[in-house]
Amino acid sequence: MLDATQNTLPAKPGVGYKPQHYSDITANPGPLGWLEVHAENYMGDGGRPLAQLRHLSEQFPISVHGVGLSIGGEGRLDPDHLARLKHLCGWLNPASFSEHLAWSTHDSHFLNDLLPLPYTQATVARVSDHIDEVQNALGRQMLLENPSSYLAFAESDMSETDFLKAVVARTGCGLLLDVNNVFVSATNLGFTPQGYIDAFPLDKVGEIHLGGHDEDHDDHGAPLLIDSHGREVADPVWALLDYTLARSGTKPLLVEWDTDVPDWPVLAAEVARAAAALEMVPA
Amino acid sequence: MIVTQSEFTAGILDPKRPAPEGLQDGTGAPTTKRFDVYRNNVAVSLTDALVNAFPVIHKLVGDEFFRAMAGVYLRTHLPDTALMMFYGNEMPKFLKRFGPAQSLHYLPDVARLEIAMRKSYHAADAAPVSADALGQIAPDALMAAKLTLAPAVQILQSSHPIHGLWQANMVADAPKPVKQAENVLITRPQFDPVQHLISDADLTFLTALQDGHALGVAMSKAGPGFDLGTILGLLLRQGALTEIS
Amino acid sequence: MSKMTNTLLVASAVATAVAGIATNAAAQENEKCYGVSLAGENDCAAGPGTTCAGTSSVDYQGNAWTLVPAGTCADMELPAQADGSARMGSLEELDRDLPA
Repeated sequence: MLDATQNTLPAKPGVGYKPQHYSDITANPGPLGWLEVHAENYMGDGGRPLAQLRHLSEQFPISVHGVGLSIGGEGRLDPDHLARLKHLCGWLNPASFSEHLAWSTHDSHFLNDLLPLPYTQATVARVSDHIDEVQNALGRQMLLENPSSYLAFAESDMSETDFLKAVVARTGCGLLLDVNNVFVSATNLGFTPQGYIDAFPLDKVGEIHLGGHDEDHDDHGAPLLIDSHGREVADPVWALLDYTLARSGTKPLLVEWDTDVPDWPVLAAEVARAAAALEMVPA
Repeated sequence: MIVTQSEFTAGILDPKRPAPEGLQDGTGAPTTKRFDVYRNNVAVSLTDALVNAFPVIHKLVGDEFFRAMAGVYLRTHLPDTALMMFYGNEMPKFLKRFGPAQSLHYLPDVARLEIAMRKSYHAADAAPVSADALGQIAPDALMAAKLTLAPAVQILQSSHPIHGLWQANMVADAPKPVKQAENVLITRPQFDPVQHLISDADLTFLTALQDGHALGVAMSKAGPGFDLGTILGLLLRQGALTEIS
Repeated sequence: MSKMTNTLLVASAVATAVAGIATNAAAQENEKCYGVSLAGENDCAAGPGTTCAGTSSVDYQGNAWTLVPAGTCADMELPAQADGSARMGSLEELDRDLPA
């Protein structure tokens, strides 16, 4: 098993950091216990982004959340990107590092989206090899996040939860459980979100994500939810969070809002609701 | 019915292709609109990255034109790294050849300026030398002194009013650009890049410093009429000199 | 110009530049991190779903491209003459009367 003692996020609410909230967050953090940043935005050489992050890290535990490593890519991991990630984690020593169960780079072209994977033994092997490479390079355990799915692969022969369990067993990585992604995928692919949570290895979860989604429709008029991170967390997702926390106990709990980012008070209200959800959990 | 990432990528980039076979909804039925979600994510997120990267070009050509042009750009110039903050480095070259934009012949140079501003913003921090350190060098040694410019310093030459165009689109109540050649020095006193209009002689001098020439050599390259005191004062005030050797 | 003259010129220019700096004003005050950040960031949000132009692309080399640049007016002033009066002419013409 990989040493997970470097994962020190508190079981409190956190928020996805946006530079426009710098003053609000530092002056009046309220119940905010930690911040999450996207790794790629702090891979420049210097200037304001890195200065801000240095200052924030003196006040808050920081979770580094990668969106560009392409863990599920058919090709090898980009060694330059991995080196930049190692450099960032080296000087920042974040309380957590996480990435997505997805691919985003093909033939050295970055597509800037989290693209889906078929759930097969071949994919388990490839994803696990890449996670091993990342954990070895960083010298720490990483968390792997469940995706939002809009479609399924005919070739898949295992469930997403079985897939994640297999990867955890092979690599010793932890998991990042995004309950909005569970709700989005469950609606889009027609399974029950509670059943997914029941099958999820909650003892491996190092962090939970919450975010808002949009509603759309597919070719046949069936509901199709989009993981837009552009609005408040939906009520059924809060309910699924309560269902999850009742089984997992308290966890570091992140509110994500990436598009149409509102003024801080709107986001602070979501953080307060996350704090209330954590307080409901019996010790 | 294995869907390779090559097929998936080709399908994403070419909306005329059908969705790859082997993708389905929750009931096992084939689906196109669900694949379109990924098509949109890729095209729109890269287009938005370009809108953010080139706010002046975006204003100069208008949103509809820019987004359509971005659709052409992104399909021929996918990012080669995951760092969206540096996406668009081929834009000046692209604009030179992009037929529908040819009437605005200053666009490639404006794109170069926008790229330079982003490079400056993300450049490494470096402690500036003090004016005193420069003042303490003996007159005899000055000619052979080498001055290092800060990593955030950028120098651009253009036969178009790139600074005026930038100002007119980014600064409220800025004057109209004047039809003239403009050279721009970008410095970053702290975290925000600042543009300065500089003369041809200044440009020659700064380029010579960047190329590693000593002060005396850079000065003679700049030629007669070059005002060393003014440009050195500017560099010192802007924290743009980081080493004297 | 002799080497000596040059040296003196440089020395005097440096002296001027240095004297113009107000005692190197304690520029290293507290780092102010707050400020406008240049946009262009990575995130992990999905785009606008199925209802968007991301599914159409225009082939600009065919006849499909009908758009023309239609942004902010990029009118330019022509440089004034030495006496301050306005002048007419294209950039090419202006280039010709620049002193060599």
